[in-house]
Amino acid sequence: MQKISTFFYGIGQGIKNIFRNRMFSLASISTMAACLFLFGVFYIVLSNFEYLVRSAETNVGLTVFFDEGTTDERINEIRALILRRAEVHKVEYISAEEAWEEYKNTKLSPELAETFGDDNPLENSASLTVYLSDVSMQDVLGRYIKSLEGVRKLNDSAGIADSLSGMNKIITVVSAAIIIVLLLVATFLIGMTISTGVSVRKQEISIMKLIGASNYFIRIPYIVEGILIGIIGAAIPLLILRLSYSKVVGMLEEKFSTVLNVVTFLPPERVMRVLIPVSLLIGVGIGFLGSVITLRRQLRKIEVGV
Amino acid sequence: MAKYDLYRELSRDIEPPVISLENVTKDYVDGLHALKNLTMQIEKGEFVFIVGSSGSGKSTLIRLLLKEINPTSGKIMVNGKTLSRLRENSICKHRRGIGVVFQDFRLLQDRTVYENVAFAQRVIETPVIKMRREVPRILSVMGLSEKMDRYPSELSGGEQQRVALARALVNNPVILLADEPTGNLDPKNSWEIMRLLEEVNRRGTTVVVVTHNREIVDAMQKRVITLNKGVLISDKKGGYSNAKN
Repeated sequence: MQKISTFFYGIGQGIKNIFRNRMFSLASISTMAACLFLFGVFYIVLSNFEYLVRSAETNVGLTVFFDEGTTDERINEIRALILRRAEVHKVEYISAEEAWEEYKNTKLSPELAETFGDDNPLENSASLTVYLSDVSMQDVLGRYIKSLEGVRKLNDSAGIADSLSGMNKIITVVSAAIIIVLLLVATFLIGMTISTGVSVRKQEISIMKLIGASNYFIRIPYIVEGILIGIIGAAIPLLILRLSYSKVVGMLEEKFSTVLNVVTFLPPERVMRVLIPVSLLIGVGIGFLGSVITLRRQLRKIEVGV
Repeated sequence: MAKYDLYRELSRDIEPPVISLENVTKDYVDGLHALKNLTMQIEKGEFVFIVGSSGSGKSTLIRLLLKEINPTSGKIMVNGKTLSRLRENSICKHRRGIGVVFQDFRLLQDRTVYENVAFAQRVIETPVIKMRREVPRILSVMGLSEKMDRYPSELSGGEQQRVALARALVNNPVILLADEPTGNLDPKNSWEIMRLLEEVNRRGTTVVVVTHNREIVDAMQKRVITLNKGVLISDKKGGYSNAKN
């Protein structure tokens, strides 16, 4: 029961500390908010990029062409064999007629197309387009398909897939490095805030030590202060990001609809579902760590003052 | 011999001293020899003056008793515990058995008289119900019931020292250490504080007063321990002058 009362006393004192030490608290909250805002922006960009890569991975596929005279039955068998593979997302069959129609409509002028009449120059161009669920398996799958009887040619897009995956990795590493540096700055600033709070209340702490307060009792208000700074510093950017995400995405889709017609963004709920707990956890963690590390150093310096 | 004194005499035979120093030496890193081979005992319920000029080792002695510093050599026991064996997290419990008052009162200026005293109970996590009972009681003993809601800056020096005394005593310590408690007070208030210390001692608390005030030491005729340059030069009952001879 008494521990609960001490806990609430610590929370009360922690809140008071923030107001007593408002300039430094404001600086810490701002830095924390800036760090977590950048973290949020990086996360949003990264998760959307990853979403883009994933959808690209499923769109990037292999095109399988067949030997002359391969029957529809054999093509269906090959299709069934490919579909059985775990790394395959889906397989689409494009007949020679469909291929010619597509070619005529996209590459030829109507006049030129007319000259061909009912002839189909792409008579042997029936194909299967294979979409992968795991793009890294493209080579393995390619070797397998080539080994199948009746397969003449295979067009792959490993280059595109590789460069997308590579870019994803570089962005992850660079943003992780930036976020780590920013979080170290935030930890340092919270430490400074706590340190100032401790020196402002040096006499009080010295009396507490003299009277016989436990280290835990002396530390609680400062740890609460650090955690509260972390929570407030996390809540501000989360609110800004939540409010602005839909607007920015809407604006991007509207302004660049011609370029972005194939690009879709993650829905805000999906982004925030991860961002809210992670940001709050980082805020609380940094606040806790910053205050604990600083207190360990600062409280040792304060004597009972005889 | 009064019944109370007889009881005190008899209890000495069965109870260990509340403060015991055996060959305690304290050298600081700057080469200062603050205490040299100090051996002394203070029994439970005693009233002792510790006198000596500046640099005699009085403050070092208090810091050692509070375990703010450790001796270079020797053994210190307080309230039956050997201080060198105390773990870091037990120091606070050790200090709860010692009330301390200072020359400069050390009150929190942004808190009322009541809050200053309650603070001492709050930091040792005393239940609120007990706190509400104990704080007014000790303030009444100190004659401060009417000033509970005042801030330290609104009080005289004597009243501030009485608040400090209330704060030191509210947790019922076994020992009360007073470091120059009358140093900032006029004679009238000084005597008032000494009367209160005597009253506290009469109720069973061991009182150790570090002072320069020759007049008070001479008048009270208690045990006087005299230190000079870290060495115990006299330990006698009587006045300051008597102790010096």
